[in-house]
Amino acid sequence: MADKIYEEIQNTQLDEIYSKPYDPELAEKLFNPQKPMENRITDIGPPHYAQFFPPEIKKNYGKWKSHEIVQPGVIKYTSETGDVVYAVRVGTPRLITSDYIREVCDIADKYCGGYVRWTTRNNIEFHVTDEEKLRALLDDLKSRKHPGGSYKFPVGGTGASVTNIVHTQGWIHCHTPAIDASGVVKSVMDELFEYFGSHKLPAQVRVALACCLNMCGAVHCSDIAILGIHRKPPLIEDDRLQYVCEIPLVVAACPLGAIKPATVEINGEKKKTVRVNKERCMFCGNCYTMCPAMPLADHEGDGIAILVGGKISNRISPPKFSKLVIPYLPNEPPRWPTVVKTVKKILETYAQHARKYERLGEWAERIGWEKFFELCEIPFTDKSIDDYRLAYDTYRTSLHFKFTSHVEPM
Amino acid sequence: MADIKKHDTPTVDELKSGPWPSFVDDIYSYAEKHQKQSCFDLMGQLELSYKHKETHWKHGGIVGVFGYGGGVIGRYSDQQEKFPAIWAFHTIRVNQPASKWYHTSLLRKLCEMWDHRGSGLFNFHGSTGDAVLLGTVTEQLEPVFFDLTHQFNMDLGGSGSNLRTPSCCVGKARCEWSCLDTQAICYDLTMTYQDELHRPAFPYKFKFKISGCPNDCVAAIARADCSIIGTWIDDIQIDQEAVRAYVGGELKPNAGAHSDRDWGPFDIQKEVIDLCPTQCMYWDEKEKKLYINNKECNRCMHCINVMPEALRPGKETGATILMGAKAPILEGAQLSTVIVPFMRMEPPYDTLKELIDKVWDFWMENGKNRERVGEIMQRVGLNRFITDILGLKPIPQHVREPRSNPYVFWKEEEVPGGWERDLAEFRKRHPA
Repeated sequence: MADKIYEEIQNTQLDEIYSKPYDPELAEKLFNPQKPMENRITDIGPPHYAQFFPPEIKKNYGKWKSHEIVQPGVIKYTSETGDVVYAVRVGTPRLITSDYIREVCDIADKYCGGYVRWTTRNNIEFHVTDEEKLRALLDDLKSRKHPGGSYKFPVGGTGASVTNIVHTQGWIHCHTPAIDASGVVKSVMDELFEYFGSHKLPAQVRVALACCLNMCGAVHCSDIAILGIHRKPPLIEDDRLQYVCEIPLVVAACPLGAIKPATVEINGEKKKTVRVNKERCMFCGNCYTMCPAMPLADHEGDGIAILVGGKISNRISPPKFSKLVIPYLPNEPPRWPTVVKTVKKILETYAQHARKYERLGEWAERIGWEKFFELCEIPFTDKSIDDYRLAYDTYRTSLHFKFTSHVEPM
Repeated sequence: MADIKKHDTPTVDELKSGPWPSFVDDIYSYAEKHQKQSCFDLMGQLELSYKHKETHWKHGGIVGVFGYGGGVIGRYSDQQEKFPAIWAFHTIRVNQPASKWYHTSLLRKLCEMWDHRGSGLFNFHGSTGDAVLLGTVTEQLEPVFFDLTHQFNMDLGGSGSNLRTPSCCVGKARCEWSCLDTQAICYDLTMTYQDELHRPAFPYKFKFKISGCPNDCVAAIARADCSIIGTWIDDIQIDQEAVRAYVGGELKPNAGAHSDRDWGPFDIQKEVIDLCPTQCMYWDEKEKKLYINNKECNRCMHCINVMPEALRPGKETGATILMGAKAPILEGAQLSTVIVPFMRMEPPYDTLKELIDKVWDFWMENGKNRERVGEIMQRVGLNRFITDILGLKPIPQHVREPRSNPYVFWKEEEVPGGWERDLAEFRKRHPA
């Protein structure tokens, strides 16, 4: 069976359709609003992956033997066939223009036979097969800068580094965010830049950002998670709500049952609406997702929570969730100095104290979370004590703790 | 060309400096070169958000292409007078090729299309994996779809309460650890379930993610309702010569991942043997030989990560199938739970598909609005989910530890004599 897949991959050729020039008028000729099914092609799915494999990747599919990170950002893969491929990893801001992609294409055409790959964490990988090309590619990447001086294609993100921050859309293009995403990421990565292009840390540190609790970025298992939060209950637009929301769905949407149907009189007219038990609101924003007449966003209320110690990999210890260590930091565009400072402090405290191979969460568990708070100089607050579902699992029910500065003998 | 209106964005402009690639510089360079009003307006609106500390995008707006219930997300500005070029600025999710390899011929053509029909802005890629076209007007949605299907052989991805675009790691294309043909599985599932992907019929979203090994580079275990993660059931392959090369300092531990700090000479006892979570390894210093008690190994991959030239996953490979991961909304974040410890993964993956069908049938019948699979698993109980719904045998691998409370929901048929009892008979034995 594996042979069958190998064979299929070898036989898949680059679709000729991509070498045909783009016809900007074709769609208007084909699409007929009066007969929408005419000329409609549906359910064809994505193009077959194997046509985009460079020849050396195709040939060595399933035959890779080992790899070595020859320098930060450059991984050398060796095949059983003796073939060698160097993958050069560069960071991107994820939010990119077509001109940026064209520049990626220029590089890929010049050095990589026109093939290029994106990673799960929004990095780009260029592949070359000989060292001479590798050096030329690295020099080329380093030389490309934006007018403001930032690198277009910083090389790094391998091994014991801080790789690219996976993130969401923020104020650029989302309707529910508490914070911006791209701006915070840019600010944090500017400050952590030296850790992107080096292997100085005890292990890899995965930083992630989500601009609200919906967590499109799935930050909940990251070494350091930057999370946008709301802190004010929703406003309720009584005069509009019944026209734009399904009241039973809104009521059911509240995980704490804090929303009740209500009727109010506005200018002598009865309007169906809802009421929120504000004491019970945990600001998750699920009601706003269901109902546009219940906005939560607020310039004073919104801010950033920091969660740390999560991981995905099964290496040594099982995957784990990130834990909320800072419930609120102020929302400070355009450079978010408090968040940047805090993230750096956590990262560098970890780097200073953790053992080789130890992920941030493993380090915190080994020394004890009380020690983590003390070393990182993070004030512990009642907000870090869970009071949602399964909270009991996090209570300390043993005498295994350390006497840190938090303890005041009574 | 109409007059272009530029906005002062002093706050946003502060993000042009610093070493990390500046999205602001990129967008402005593009806007200037192509005289794109929508990009100038987008930066103008972002400046306003930076000032107000609130988003200026309206809530939702249902738009799409004919016959599909997903793939397009409506987006409208609440500052239509100030920024008319982005008053409608919809998102189109395009299903990416598995593991995100591209050829420049596709990318260049896609750029041309999107310059013509949209903002020229992309998210490469969205969190789920789609190539995201960011920002166009409603009138362009059908033409973009016709362009994608007729000129690119590409299709839309998922959004809303449907199957979301499956995604996978680089797999055997460039990784010696992959125990799965991740792209082949990803492509097969995507093609098999096109209807589920384009036409929402689920209580909420459903995600497949496929990682080739327990390192889980696509974070399947944290993000996917069905996480398919490669593993092996036989012995770790050992090259003793290479192990000795690591011990002798000829090879760099962890493939050179720690190269910029002096951690001292490699110590196999301290760095591998002692860190093994099951303590199933032994380094014989005299014999210069590494022993692994594979029966005790839990395949955490630490030793393989540290000594990639010497150790490799076994040869009898397959997948562990886990289910139920999700972000916190609503009932709290969940990691996926082991459902099938080992499944052979060969096309056409019928065993997996039969399992998926059972989950979907049950969930579509019984799921509440916006209830993820992980939440319904909790609501019905993992034990009932495994036995009654999936028809699988409960095994210790399904739990981290047995329950500590005695509140078992015994079924009537499990108890001799059933539950119907004669009170008079009882009182004969036990006068009240």
